[in-house]
Amino acid sequence: MFTRRHLLRTAAAGGVMTASASLLPAWARSANAGNTGIFESRGTAFDLTIGHSDVKIAGRTGHAITLNGTLPGPLIRFREGDKVTLKVNNTLDEDTSIHWHGLLVPFHMDGVPGVSFPGIKPKSSFTYEFAVPQSGTYWYHSHSGLQEQQGHYGPLIIDPADTDPVQADREYVLVLSDWSFEHPHKVYARLKKDAAVYNFQQRTVGDFVRDARENGLGATLSDRASWGAMRMSPTDISDVTAAAYTYLINGHATEDNWTALFNSGERIRLRIINASAMTIFNFRIPGLPMTVVAADGLHVQPVETDEFQIGVAETYDVLVTPPRARAFALVAESIDRSGQVVATLAPEAGLVATAPLLRERPTLTHRDMGMDMSSMDHGSMAGMDHGSMGAGAMAGMDHSAMTGMDHSAMPGMDHGAMGMPASVPQGHDHRMGVGVDNVAMVQVSRIDEPGLGLENVPHRALRYSQLRSLTPNPDTRPPGREIEIHLTGNMERYMWSFDGVKLSEVTGPIIFHEGERLRVTLVNDTMMSHPIHLHGMFFDLVVGDTDHKPRKHTVLVKPAERVSFDVTADHVGDWAFHCHLLFHMHAGMMQVVSVLPRGAAADADGPHKEHVTSVPPLAGNSPQQVAPMTEMNHEGHR
Amino acid sequence: MTSAQLMAILVLISPLAAAPALAQEAPAPGSQAEVYWDKDEFKASQDALKKEHGGGVNYMILADRFEYQSGEGSPALLLEGQGWWGTDENRLWIKSEIDYDLDAGNFEEAELQALWSRPIARYFDVQAGLRHDFEPGPARTYAVAGIQGLAPYWFEVDGAVFLSEEGDLSARFEAEYEFLLTQRLVLQPRTELNFALQDVPELETGAGLSTAEAGLRLRYEIDRQFAPYVGINWKTSVGETADYVRARGDDTESVSFVTGIRLWF
Repeated sequence: MFTRRHLLRTAAAGGVMTASASLLPAWARSANAGNTGIFESRGTAFDLTIGHSDVKIAGRTGHAITLNGTLPGPLIRFREGDKVTLKVNNTLDEDTSIHWHGLLVPFHMDGVPGVSFPGIKPKSSFTYEFAVPQSGTYWYHSHSGLQEQQGHYGPLIIDPADTDPVQADREYVLVLSDWSFEHPHKVYARLKKDAAVYNFQQRTVGDFVRDARENGLGATLSDRASWGAMRMSPTDISDVTAAAYTYLINGHATEDNWTALFNSGERIRLRIINASAMTIFNFRIPGLPMTVVAADGLHVQPVETDEFQIGVAETYDVLVTPPRARAFALVAESIDRSGQVVATLAPEAGLVATAPLLRERPTLTHRDMGMDMSSMDHGSMAGMDHGSMGAGAMAGMDHSAMTGMDHSAMPGMDHGAMGMPASVPQGHDHRMGVGVDNVAMVQVSRIDEPGLGLENVPHRALRYSQLRSLTPNPDTRPPGREIEIHLTGNMERYMWSFDGVKLSEVTGPIIFHEGERLRVTLVNDTMMSHPIHLHGMFFDLVVGDTDHKPRKHTVLVKPAERVSFDVTADHVGDWAFHCHLLFHMHAGMMQVVSVLPRGAAADADGPHKEHVTSVPPLAGNSPQQVAPMTEMNHEGHR
Repeated sequence: MTSAQLMAILVLISPLAAAPALAQEAPAPGSQAEVYWDKDEFKASQDALKKEHGGGVNYMILADRFEYQSGEGSPALLLEGQGWWGTDENRLWIKSEIDYDLDAGNFEEAELQALWSRPIARYFDVQAGLRHDFEPGPARTYAVAGIQGLAPYWFEVDGAVFLSEEGDLSARFEAEYEFLLTQRLVLQPRTELNFALQDVPELETGAGLSTAEAGLRLRYEIDRQFAPYVGINWKTSVGETADYVRARGDDTESVSFVTGIRLWF
């Protein structure tokens, strides 16, 4: 029965809803709430209060940890070179922190508890102070516990001291994120108990029947057997899916229809930030080409595309010029295609763009498992016995029996004759403990691929290899040494690590020496894409022999990929280095990079000493020519 | 020497003492930030950081089979479950199986195992500990050593050997598989084999394969953690164990229909 009290309560709930919408900061509001494009509103002093708030997500009330009461937090905008003061007031009963993602701050201002400072204690405040020599689109977020999943993030824009080479009539910030009504500790705990708990796109008996009909029973059985033998699933793409997440653009779910306005013919700058905890997105605006003008904050030479994959923590600035006065859909689809969020870019408020249907989920292949021998250069591999290395042999291989196996001892492969192969067998002796369920035996350069699931889309999709820095790289010295780091994990146990060692087990940091130029090669032994983030410095992604390498703070490393970046250790201090999938980091996929000042103890080379190798000159490096296999026998059978 | 003199000497030598100490105090790699903050507070945050990233403690409680069995014999309630608590490396693992005869109103079987579990391979844990059987009488305690994990082709397996306080040796092997008919409808075949090395007349067990069980359960995962099911279970006694059963006047073989829920949290 409807009582008066019930009515009052309903009215109160309605009131909260209205209030929370108007509580959003101006930049995050929808067009019907007065957002006509953000304008420069810079400051040098910012007050940020971190607290608990109820937020309205897709009509439901959720509990969030917010900055100044909103999800996402306020836009922090200042000018390059300005000294800024950011006073953070922690009203929580737990520690908190703010990390300024991608900003070249002094390391004790970087905001990582246990690395750069002790954290911000409950009911206390902390003042960050810094000036940074950079401009562009960045963001900030908590580095404490799992607060980032609970709403503790927001955008940050630094305007160039000089004229911005990118000019637009209007600009919007699009903060992409994933919201869970479940507490993140519970989400993580579930993954620890059953890593496939959120995967509702697994292969079923029905898929088996369909595949058998299409590909034959034998081929289907052999395919299932090869995955089964490895105890891996080709549908294991996202740990947390739309089964738990509501995907958001600027705090709005699809049904909230966040809207950005334009007048036709206007040039719009979209600053797109992936502030998710666990979701890699595919971003596109069907019918509207995008010109990418910045990546991870820094300008790149304009490149036109129709879609790009954006790893967690990456940012892209794109320009779009809608030719006609109609509504366009801004689509951020999760990499596993379990869900998406759609917003509207329209000439007037009130229009709702047609959301495209979710596309079919991609599946992993043996290439992603690092077992695709066919990607190797067979022509020049005369010494290799393919009979014993065929798919059948691979399928029956029991990796559990391979603990401690020395992959560098793969016999009979003549790399001398192969030139620099597009894919190389593994030759790195990292720990092969129970936390490592796979080793990419065939590592591939995937810098020229657009990302999982975008290989065959019927339009252009951005590849890292297309990115070129707008300005020449500041340091073009060849790297003096190389460090190889493997991304490792065990999906069944939900353990994640670098080189098989969780942060909880790490004995010392990775050492860089001030002023040195070095190459870091990441090898993804897992079947997942990992957005790897290095704090405190931009690195030059090795996309080819160019002095305009794109400079990034986060690189999305594809399954079985071998990718390198060159970095100049010019910021002394300790810097976090981790997978930006929050639960992977939480499970241990994190280490500390220690940039030691000149004159520091020379023997402090840390646990990665053994990986240090000399690197030949960069000349002749192309996307196909990745780092040399220093630990392999290059003589072999010639 | 007066205390004032002592102080004066200390003041005089303190710069000498402090100079090498300062030189040594160049912070260690990974602790470079400590010079900016309270050292103890920073150290505490470093410890917390390490522990929080990979050193966490988790737990799971699983009732794999909580079911009502009906068939030729008297109806029964069965609870078979397990739970664990601990880090990735070390876990306390509890397993239990309780079989209650509804007509007779007594426990046919009540077993509890407390094991220490440690991963030895990518998909396998080695487990050791104690098992106590409250029923069937006489109560027995066993030492347990086993291996549990995920075999190739996605078979969940659990094998253990048991040494009783009387010195009797027995073993058990269980295997399960899951067919996903849809994303939520799961068909689970399951088998359990029990072996004994010697006759144990008090427990009506003969040497060799003593009992075998096979089941087929179809569950619907309303969510992954809560799934009602129906199924069929076949159980047989073999060899001398069967002789004991026959001597009791019972059937050596039974087929029952089961209705239950599988849940975990």
